[in-house]
Amino acid sequence: MFIPKDPFNIIIGGVGGQGNVLASQILGEMLVAQGYVITIGETYGASQRGGAVMSHLRISRKDQFSPLIPEGQCDLLVALEPVEGLRILDRYGNPRVMTLLNTRPIQPLDVISGNATYPEVSKVIAEIRGLSRRVWTLNATEVALEMGDPIFSNIVMLGALCGIGVLPISRQEFETVIKELLPSRTLDENLKAFDRGKETVEEVTKEK
Amino acid sequence: MSSISQNAPGKTVLLMGNEAIARGALEAGVKVCAAYPGNPSSEIIGGLAKVAEEMGLHVEWSINEKVALEVATAASFAGLRGLCAMKQNGLNVASDFLLNLNLSGCRGGLVLVVADDPAGVSSSNEEDSRIYAKLGDLPLFEPATFQEAKEMTRSAFELSEQLGLPVLIRSVTRVSHARGNVCLDELPKSSTKPRFENWLRFTPLPAIANHKLLHEKLNRAKEMAEKSPFNFYRGGEKPELLVVTSGSGWMYSLEALINLDVQDRIGVLKLGTTWPLPERFVLDHLKKADRILFVEEVDPFLENNVKELYAQNCVDLGLKTFFGKASKHIPDVGDLSPEIVTNAIQNLLQISYESRPADYSLRAHEIAAQIVPARMLGFCPGCPHRATYWAVKIALALDGRDGFVLGDIGCYSLGMGPSGFAQMRTLHAMGSGTGLACGFGQLNRFGLEQPVVAVCGDSTFYHAAMPALANAYYNGSNFLLLLLDNSATAMTGFQPHPGTGETATGGEAPVIDLRAICKVFGAHVEVVDPFDVASTVETILRLLEDKKGVKVLIMKRQCALVSAKHQKRLYRVAVEEERCLGETCGCNRLCTRVFKCPGLMWDRQTGKACIDEAICTGCGVCSEICPASAIRKEKA
Repeated sequence: MFIPKDPFNIIIGGVGGQGNVLASQILGEMLVAQGYVITIGETYGASQRGGAVMSHLRISRKDQFSPLIPEGQCDLLVALEPVEGLRILDRYGNPRVMTLLNTRPIQPLDVISGNATYPEVSKVIAEIRGLSRRVWTLNATEVALEMGDPIFSNIVMLGALCGIGVLPISRQEFETVIKELLPSRTLDENLKAFDRGKETVEEVTKEK
Repeated sequence: MSSISQNAPGKTVLLMGNEAIARGALEAGVKVCAAYPGNPSSEIIGGLAKVAEEMGLHVEWSINEKVALEVATAASFAGLRGLCAMKQNGLNVASDFLLNLNLSGCRGGLVLVVADDPAGVSSSNEEDSRIYAKLGDLPLFEPATFQEAKEMTRSAFELSEQLGLPVLIRSVTRVSHARGNVCLDELPKSSTKPRFENWLRFTPLPAIANHKLLHEKLNRAKEMAEKSPFNFYRGGEKPELLVVTSGSGWMYSLEALINLDVQDRIGVLKLGTTWPLPERFVLDHLKKADRILFVEEVDPFLENNVKELYAQNCVDLGLKTFFGKASKHIPDVGDLSPEIVTNAIQNLLQISYESRPADYSLRAHEIAAQIVPARMLGFCPGCPHRATYWAVKIALALDGRDGFVLGDIGCYSLGMGPSGFAQMRTLHAMGSGTGLACGFGQLNRFGLEQPVVAVCGDSTFYHAAMPALANAYYNGSNFLLLLLDNSATAMTGFQPHPGTGETATGGEAPVIDLRAICKVFGAHVEVVDPFDVASTVETILRLLEDKKGVKVLIMKRQCALVSAKHQKRLYRVAVEEERCLGETCGCNRLCTRVFKCPGLMWDRQTGKACIDEAICTGCGVCSEICPASAIRKEKA
């Protein structure tokens, strides 16, 4: 299996603290191990402080691309939060983009304070569906909470990413990489989170 | 994290730019590494600290950047290789030493990496540190890729040793905080014994003679730069436009040429040694085109220096037109992006380009404008700073004399925004809140009646506020310093500092007790837990009333992100629906509208507050906020 396009541009985006940086690093390591040339650009300053964050991954067979994906040129969006998915599509989406979405919202401060409203999640999914060629969803946060800790949401999403079959990645490679990157005591839970994501993800068909 | 210490020549690994710099230093046989953490530079020394023991290095978090540079320089004076890393603001702190070190020279390879932060992604400013290379007559490298970050670091050590001069490497956020493929080389086995050769003198004096010697060294660096592999040209012999670029501009420029499909019409001159410029090499390439575009981040450093070079050679070169920041083809503030470079070239070549169909853009913009709410930064759930600013806000209101808060650099800088209830009113350099308070605390003799409050983080206090506190006592200033002791350098990745009892490499360290220091400096000192809101408010109020001298209130509570790693949550928090009166309460939604911790939500269906269990960390502070006692905390 190969990447569908060269360079293949992935954005993993969400809210600071959701683990986009670690997810992009794990994915990058899985692909470097297969001989791909990877560049990852990250928004760091806000990473822990509740702001909107993104990691940009460029995957190529031959060239090192810049750490920022040009506007309008995202091929695959992994959105860890619904409205963050829309925010990223606004800037980086295009008619061929595919989106994998965690449907669990995190309310922005303006929504908590009542100065803004958070749209219905079904509405967000419908709009994302309209702006994407294919869409897959799951409530990764719920899956992680069932496992006992929301911290696993990003790993659940990586499992889902493996499950949708767009990228040349497998559970085997995931296991190899996290054995190097993460403390060994978390291995079983991370593998479980990965598997749960892979099982749970579903494609949203165009119903309109 | 792929280990930067593996001895696997030829292996390709994924490294962050900062890790690539660290690896380059290891391949150069570095022995002493020192820094004060600051993004985007923190992972250079952070990465080396993790491998210090196995690689036999001394790695330390120094108290500030000047001391860090002095520590690394001592290694160089003794014949070892030393590395120092910092962010752009840090170089201002270290510059007093640096601008004498250039004259005294050094011995073992000494490399100073400065990671600039264009657009101030994690900084208070976006200063361009390259100007220091010109100011101090020091050689400067600018890596453009991850591989180059490693190679340049190794070369910088060699150049430094050849010239007997410190060498600067200027990285930027999009190199330092990005990741890419890096092919490893061999790690050396070196065992140089340090020795201070007593016949050597390291001093800037006599200044004129050493200044002359420095210029000679710089001329040698210029000659060496002519043959540097980090400077190269990609393109034809007669391009319509010549792009001159360095650092992050290189990959954006390549991206723009691909986007616009103009690879055969445009030449790109990529420079890696940007001070001193390889003059003959640059002039040879300026001959190729009459139109020249500069692509670089922050200031027009390359642009101005190449124009200066052109001015001296314009008779030979003939008329040229230069584009860049001066001509406004490239913005003169903010960071670069592939779009900015694409737009500049598109304008100059007058070609049209659309990154995606216009109707898609229109639709996406409409949807986003209608339903996507803004998401601003705020303190993390369970952050002690939110509790501190809440107490400050209430205490200053109760005090009623219009007191104000002076602050500076750290997570607590967010106190300027809504999540700190806009309490912090000044933000400049490390420790300058306390310094400004020293001055404000003298103004009562002219009639200033407002109470003066400063906030300062623990790591910032050691870095730069200690002199200000000593100054306050000595000169009889009057203010209240809130020392926000969260037991970590939280903003930059939780590095240990002199108050934590731990060294950079995880070893045990003596604790320099904040309370004891403040007492020695003559301050009246008290300690509170900001999670205990009522007694914090009461203490602040009482200390504000004392009109004489310096008062320090230590707000003792560990950073929520640090404590989450090794401690159970304090409380289970829940809203009792029957007690929450919702919109009819009269509190006007105090918990969510005003306090607005991200762990709280307003349920529009029930019209009452509720807890987001995926976010709440269980600090329990909100239970003290609710006037109806509807938010209950139970020991977890």
